[in-house]
Amino acid sequence: MAGQEHVRPRREDAEPDDGPETPAPVAPAAQARDAEVDALLDEIDDVLESNAEQFVRGFVQKGGQ
Amino acid sequence: MTVRRVMGIETEYGILQPGRPLANPMLLSSHVVAVHAAAREGTRAKARWDYDDEDPLHDARGFHLQRASAHPSLLTDDPEKPAPSGDGPQALPRATTEEYEDPGAANVILTNGARLYVDHAHPEYSSPEVTNPLDAVRWDRAGERVMLASVRALASTAALPDVALYKNNVDGKGATYGMHENYLVDRAVPFHDLAARLIPFFVTRQVFTGAGRVGLGQRGEEPGFQLSQRADYMEAEIGLETTLRRPIINTRDEPHADPDRWRRLHVIIGDATMLEVATYLRLGTTSLVLWLIERAVAESGSGGALATIDRLTLRDPVQAVHVVSHDVTLTARLELADGRRLTALEVQREYLDAVLATLEHSGDEPDEQTTDVLARWGSVLDRLGSDPASCAREVEWLAKLRLLEGMRRRDRLAWDHPRLAAMDLQWSDVRPERGLYHRLVQAGAVELLVSADDVADAVVHPPRDTRAYFRGEAVARYGGEISAASWDSVVFDVPGAATLQRVPMRDPLRGTHAHVGDLLDRSPDATALLDALGA
Repeated sequence: MAGQEHVRPRREDAEPDDGPETPAPVAPAAQARDAEVDALLDEIDDVLESNAEQFVRGFVQKGGQ
Repeated sequence: MTVRRVMGIETEYGILQPGRPLANPMLLSSHVVAVHAAAREGTRAKARWDYDDEDPLHDARGFHLQRASAHPSLLTDDPEKPAPSGDGPQALPRATTEEYEDPGAANVILTNGARLYVDHAHPEYSSPEVTNPLDAVRWDRAGERVMLASVRALASTAALPDVALYKNNVDGKGATYGMHENYLVDRAVPFHDLAARLIPFFVTRQVFTGAGRVGLGQRGEEPGFQLSQRADYMEAEIGLETTLRRPIINTRDEPHADPDRWRRLHVIIGDATMLEVATYLRLGTTSLVLWLIERAVAESGSGGALATIDRLTLRDPVQAVHVVSHDVTLTARLELADGRRLTALEVQREYLDAVLATLEHSGDEPDEQTTDVLARWGSVLDRLGSDPASCAREVEWLAKLRLLEGMRRRDRLAWDHPRLAAMDLQWSDVRPERGLYHRLVQAGAVELLVSADDVADAVVHPPRDTRAYFRGEAVARYGGEISAASWDSVVFDVPGAATLQRVPMRDPLRGTHAHVGDLLDRSPDATALLDALGA
């Protein structure tokens, strides 16, 4: 692991890696559910760890019971 | 029939110092515990955990025991001395030197009757004993608030490290840590029968109790998603161990109560869950299956329900745990010992039907919470079969999967994308501004069972209907005069007294508000309380 880690990674250095949107055709009920989930994703986008890879790599626990 | 029985939940939280993956988790955990000790005490030495559970006074009931003249351990060593019986606290000699305070043994007894301590490099919250699944949810949620308070306290203290705490069970690199359920079970049920009849239930209940996990295999070697955090770590059917070769049925048998009447079933297979309905159903359905087994043993058969259960024996339970967890379609078939092949949902339905049949046979009128658990159990099984997505407000793995699948679809991510693993971890961050579960709560996307006020109350106050009431209230009222406490005792160190005085609490259903509320109100200090108890 690199020694140069941010203590508190901030959201502003998040990489927008969304590709162009080409949703597959879906049924209306499923579409409504997708819209609901998309709204939830918007809710969480700004709290997600900005550097997911580093966060996951650093999440090391000792075993417990 | 009832879901009511003495139960509790222990949860080891994942712990990090953000940005410092190599920080010592034992030290971090001790800080998490110590801030609560500092916040509450201030008066005197911190109350220790009383490890003296090996109480030889096994004929004791409640805590109305005779004042003994010696340490109880002497009594077992000396055959001349009969075990005392009668009323009053027991005298214990004081330690002659101050005991060494090991930071790894940090321990606080909270005023809500819970124990907060360091266990295996994790902070652990052991809830107070409660009598029903809804209270289990309430004091489990209180534990999240206790952990959040530690995070906040450490964040606001420059000299101490910041921590982040996670109510999950795996790190994705091979480590797992536990959420253990405890149920008081009638000692009359032979352990082997109990285990055999519970295994198919525990293997299949994951369909509604699983917290969901990104990654397959103990180290997450294969990309994908599975129902349970713990499943891949289950390696044995029955055993004593909890940290390696983890068994579906754990044989630890410290009842922390009268061992002639009770055993404590210690369940280590489950996941820690954020969703209140998931926790409620986990405890509620398990309690009902225990009721069924107890009842059937008492009545030798109970209308054939037991025979149904006995036919559910699985050919390979350990493999079945993994199969069920890895099958998000809920259609995989498990091989039974009698040659049938049933899905996890079908096995669960057999248990539910057996409980319902036994209920009908008994003619009992179920109480409100029992009726609610039964209705929810049936409804969730139905909907998991027909429209699993409709369970996303109640079943944690589906709530999590819904978010992950949304992210995968929107941003076209494969299951091995680190953002999905990060979401899985961040799901259970106890900070409302960081935890994804909390975002769902704020968006109204999950069902809640207890109000924020009830949870806030449970952070400070114990349940009123178990011995946790006496423990918590004693700590709140006479904290400065308590030298130690455990599940079944409180040890007082009253200035001027010749010895320590240990109040044993062998019966989890004594020491309730109804039993000791007035007594506590009449006792301005521990001396008055002990006099009253010894009177």
